[in-house]
Parts: sequence; structure tokens; C-alpha cells
Amino acid sequence: MRNGNANAVGCDGREMNMTAITKAAAKSGSATLSIVFVALIGATVLFLAGHAQSATLHDAAHDMRHATGFPCH
Amino acid sequence: MLAGGLIAGFAAGLLAALLHFAFVQDLILLGEQYESGALVHFETSGAAPAATGHDHAAGEAAGSHVHGAADPGAESALQRNALTVLFTALIYAAYGILLVAGFAVAEQFGRTVSPGEGLLWGLAGFAAFQLAPAMGLPPELPGSVAADLGARQMWWLATVVATGGGLALLGYGRTALSAALGGALLAAPHVVGAPQLDQFYGVAPPELAATFAGRVLGVGFVVWAALGWLAGRLWSSASA
Repeated sequence: MRNGNANAVGCDGREMNMTAITKAAAKSGSATLSIVFVALIGATVLFLAGHAQSATLHDAAHDMRHATGFPCH
Repeated sequence: MLAGGLIAGFAAGLLAALLHFAFVQDLILLGEQYESGALVHFETSGAAPAATGHDHAAGEAAGSHVHGAADPGAESALQRNALTVLFTALIYAAYGILLVAGFAVAEQFGRTVSPGEGLLWGLAGFAAFQLAPAMGLPPELPGSVAADLGARQMWWLATVVATGGGLALLGYGRTALSAALGGALLAAPHVVGAPQLDQFYGVAPPELAATFAGRVLGVGFVVWAALGWLAGRLWSSASA
């Protein structure tokens, strides 16, 4: 279907390569961004489960914190 | 990227929960009996039980914390243990996510991560998140005492970052300078030193605390090895 369209606009098919190149360039930029994003998610969960001192979180996570070597209280 | 880390993390977390109930939970409960005064550790000074009660009060004041969990009837054992499973899975999911973020960084530098390298990453994660912090802040059995919480959390975090960074430089750096810097980062937290108390007045027996610390590190070692291997396997099969 996509090939059919490419032929329909009268190009020689190289515009497909251009799209691929543009995507690759965008990918390395967005890869850095997604790494930062994923690391931030991990760090947030780590903080909430391991370090946050709200009484509810602390009591719920208490045994895990002791058993994973976090400073607990 | 996220999915592989989450799956490996939750799987490792379930393994951790299993090992937790096999090796660690009994010691926590025993420690809490000393903490609450239900059990009294033999005192060489021959102090009367009243003095022990005083020690206990001091311990709690220092920690500025009273266990909700140690309070009988506050919550059922089932609920407590379910929360432990949940949060153990959650913390290892966080570790798994951070691990694959690390894999992705390595890939940006042109390094591929195989299951075998994932295992090494897992062992490095164990060193960064558990072993190195434990050198200054040994895993705390309930009923033992420790320095100010904020200061300990700060040192814990700095040690994790420095150890992780140091191991990454040692593992992936190519120059003598990066190796030297890596070594310096590994050593720095211990040269600075963790926050310590001037004196010790924990009410739990040191033998119990030592067993607890050893088992926590042993369980952490096994689970981190599994986490690293599994995350590396999922990572390499996803990018293949």
C-alpha cells in the first residue's frame, strides 16, 4: 500500500530513504530524552518506596526498607 | 526499554520477597520484640529492667520514631506481609528501570549489553545500592540505633551515585585517568565516612543484628544477580 503511494507521487523511491535518515536523526535525540525520562521514573519510584518519610509510606514500606539496607528511621 | 526493566524488576522483586520471608522477616520480628521491650537482651552491666526500659526510651527518642508495625493489632500480619511483597517488587522494579536506563546509556556509547554483561551490571548494582552503603550504614535491625536520618539518607544517596559512577568508569573507561577517577569515586564515600553515633545503645543483641546484616546482603546479592541477568537477557532479545 505504502509502495503504491510512493509510486503514485512520482518519486523514485529515495524519499523513503530520506524519511529513514530523518527518523534516525530524530531517534538519537529522542533516545537521550527517553533515557532521561526512564531514569527519572526509576528514581522517583526509588525515592517514594525507599526514602519518603510520610507515615503511611514509611509503615507500608518498613520491612522492605530494613531488608534492603535503606536508612529507615 | 521501560517494559524490559519493569518485567525484570518485578520478577526479581518476587524472588526477593520469597528470600525475604525465608531468611530475613523472622529476624525483623525478633528485633522488634527487643525494640518494644517484649524481650530484653542480657545486660553485662547487670542493670535492672527499669534501666533497660530507659535505654529503650532513649533509642526511640534518637530514632524519633515509634513503629506502627510493632504496635500489636495496628495491622494484621497478612496485610503487613502483603505490603512488604508489594514494596519489595516496587523497589526492584525501580532498580530494573534504572538498570535498563544504564544499558541504554551504554548503547549510546556503542556498547551492547548481553545477558552476561547484564549479570555484571547486576553485581555492580548490588555493590552500588547495597554493599557500599552497608560499609558505612549496615542494614538496620529494628532495635538497633543509628545517626540522624536525613544525614544517613544523604550519605546513602551520595554513596550509591559515587559507587555506580566509579564502577562505570572502571568498567567502561579506556584511559588510566578514568580508572584512577573511578577508584577515587569508589573510595570517596568511605574516606568522608558515614554519619555515626557517639555511643551505641541499641537494645537488640549484636549477634542478631550481625546475622540480619549478613542475610540482607546475601539476599541482595542473589536478587541483584538475577535482576541483572534477566534485564540483560530481555534487553538483548528486544534489541536483536
